Amino acid sequence: MSKITLLEAVTQALSWELEHDDSILVFGEDVGANGGVFRATDGLQKRFGANRVFDTPLAEAMIAGLCVGLSAQGMKPVGEIQFSGFMYPAVDQLVSHASRMRNRTRGRLSCPMVLRAPYGGGIHAPELHSESMEALYAHVPGLRVVIPSSPQRAYGLLLAAMRDPDPVVFLEPKRIYRITKQEVPDNGQALPLDTCFVLREGTDVTLASWGAMINETLKAATQLAAQGIECEVIDLATVKPLDLETLVESVERTARLVIIAEEPRSCGVGAEIAAAVAEKALYSLVAPIERVSGYDVIMPLSKLENNYLPSVNRIQKAVLRTLEAER
Amino acid sequence: MKTKARFEIGFEQILDPAGQVLTKRLPAFARDPEEMLRMYRVMTLTRTFDSRAIALQRTGKLGTYASCLGHEAAHVGVGAAMIEADVLAPSYREYGAQFWRGVKPEEVLLYWGGNEQGSNFSGPPHDFAWCVPIATQTLYGAGAALAFQTREEKRAVVAMLGDGGTSEGAFYEAMNIAGVRRLPIVFVVVNNQWAISVPRSAQTRAATLAQKAFAAGIPGVQLDGNDIIAVRKVVGEALQQARQGKGPTLVEALTYRLSDHTTADDARRYRSEDEVNKAKMIEPLERTRKYLESLGVWDDEKEQSLMAENKKIIEAAVKTYLNSPAPAITDMFDYMYAELPDALREQRKTAIEENAADE
Repeated sequence: MSKITLLEAVTQALSWELEHDDSILVFGEDVGANGGVFRATDGLQKRFGANRVFDTPLAEAMIAGLCVGLSAQGMKPVGEIQFSGFMYPAVDQLVSHASRMRNRTRGRLSCPMVLRAPYGGGIHAPELHSESMEALYAHVPGLRVVIPSSPQRAYGLLLAAMRDPDPVVFLEPKRIYRITKQEVPDNGQALPLDTCFVLREGTDVTLASWGAMINETLKAATQLAAQGIECEVIDLATVKPLDLETLVESVERTARLVIIAEEPRSCGVGAEIAAAVAEKALYSLVAPIERVSGYDVIMPLSKLENNYLPSVNRIQKAVLRTLEAER
Repeated sequence: MKTKARFEIGFEQILDPAGQVLTKRLPAFARDPEEMLRMYRVMTLTRTFDSRAIALQRTGKLGTYASCLGHEAAHVGVGAAMIEADVLAPSYREYGAQFWRGVKPEEVLLYWGGNEQGSNFSGPPHDFAWCVPIATQTLYGAGAALAFQTREEKRAVVAMLGDGGTSEGAFYEAMNIAGVRRLPIVFVVVNNQWAISVPRSAQTRAATLAQKAFAAGIPGVQLDGNDIIAVRKVVGEALQQARQGKGPTLVEALTYRLSDHTTADDARRYRSEDEVNKAKMIEPLERTRKYLESLGVWDDEKEQSLMAENKKIIEAAVKTYLNSPAPAITDMFDYMYAELPDALREQRKTAIEENAADE
């Protein structure tokens, strides 16, 4: 079996579900003939026709609104927002309707929809193409926010998102769209949502991360292992709702937690993890929880972007700080 | 310079304020006394309901309520123009349309009384619930229309909004996609002249709201929204077109909000009594009654018996509403997701314990 990229895994998942579920529609800006500006929908219009895979006018609130209406009336829309930085007009429909349709109607109507968007920094893109605003969506009651960090998880989690009975914001870390390849069997097997993935087992410190930062986190863990420090690496995958059980269980064993995220530091998913772990496992901790994150600044353009993003070095230093404390 | 395109806005009025018929070609339903009576019954029931709801709010038995006084022809006319399989995407005061479609008065009261269960109403199960954020319903209305088009179902959507809503981007985006994909949807702008305190003239320089359709490449038409025959006829024809795959329409129904915006509003702060009194002269119920009288099927006695009947229906609804049990605390958790996530299950348990401890 040939290995594929995270981006190709997204296409493979969309393709599988289009093939096996007639109610799936895929649409957005440039997703048709062009196959998406990143090529996530490459070839899908040709294969499944312009009724099921199509370009929309350039209007993000409308893309999300179509998703809401379609899903409330029995379809399974997968809308693409070209870059997460253009998603803010769509937030109105997410907050006002998608997230609350089931609750508003006491279960009479619901919104099984997926809104996909590439997100995150590191590709030297123009303004508003690099932010990590997952916390914005995670803060909205009723939404699921799912972020894959590998080709296999992109495939399995996107399938799960499309089969989920509730709205999912599916953020794709575009920095790693093409940098790693994995074998991804095209068997329609979904991965569980609301579940963390333990990518590396370790006894000394828990590293919690998600999205593209999983790459730096795993690198840091490998380098630290050479120094005899065993890191447990956990990929959140679903950042809302959080699988706290896995995180807490890990921290109870390692007694140390480092959270690695490229989002701005304050009020983020990382802050939520820190608070929740403090609530559930404070007495298990022997060192303060460390956060390696973006700063509370406007995401810089390309010249400074690498100074903003957490580096392997910053992660290692944070880990070493937690190890200064004795059990 | 050459003229590249030319646009005209038609205005439809069939029944004038005196109840006189202005056309020789009445639609079939308007020649059928039974059908006209059916509409009149729902119009008057809606008005009885409205004043009772306001009274409930004033006596502390209902939360903030959005009145529909003066909109009865526009609302009931839309309801009557639809078929059951169509989908209604209302804003928040189109009770007349909803009563026609089977929503119960006690359900409207439940909603404004603070219980979400009111939106789990008895009307067609596919109808959308009330939509508070202005004009956003036009977008999901377009999505619903796309669902019907994709499945090749002969169904259409009515998305209703007010004059203020036509200033929202969502409205333009919805008409635009509806035009591009020829979606089976009818946008009905109930232009009641006031968006809370802001008059129609402050919303747009456009001579009509109907002409906003032209930028989206779809037909736009204006009509007398106090004339239920015109409303039902025009919206009915637009829906028929939509179901036949001939695309969307924008209908602007001219009416007047005779009430405050909601019970939390005081319209005397921003508009003259004189203006309201003038609008009362052209309100929709009286002309409908006069028309029924001209058909020879209506008189004072029948009117009085209808009013008594309406009162009975609404009082029964009020009783049902006032006797309805408070929602369970767990209701706020149980409809968040199809299946409650672990984190929320824990909060649900806590909420039960904390509320029990508070009592």
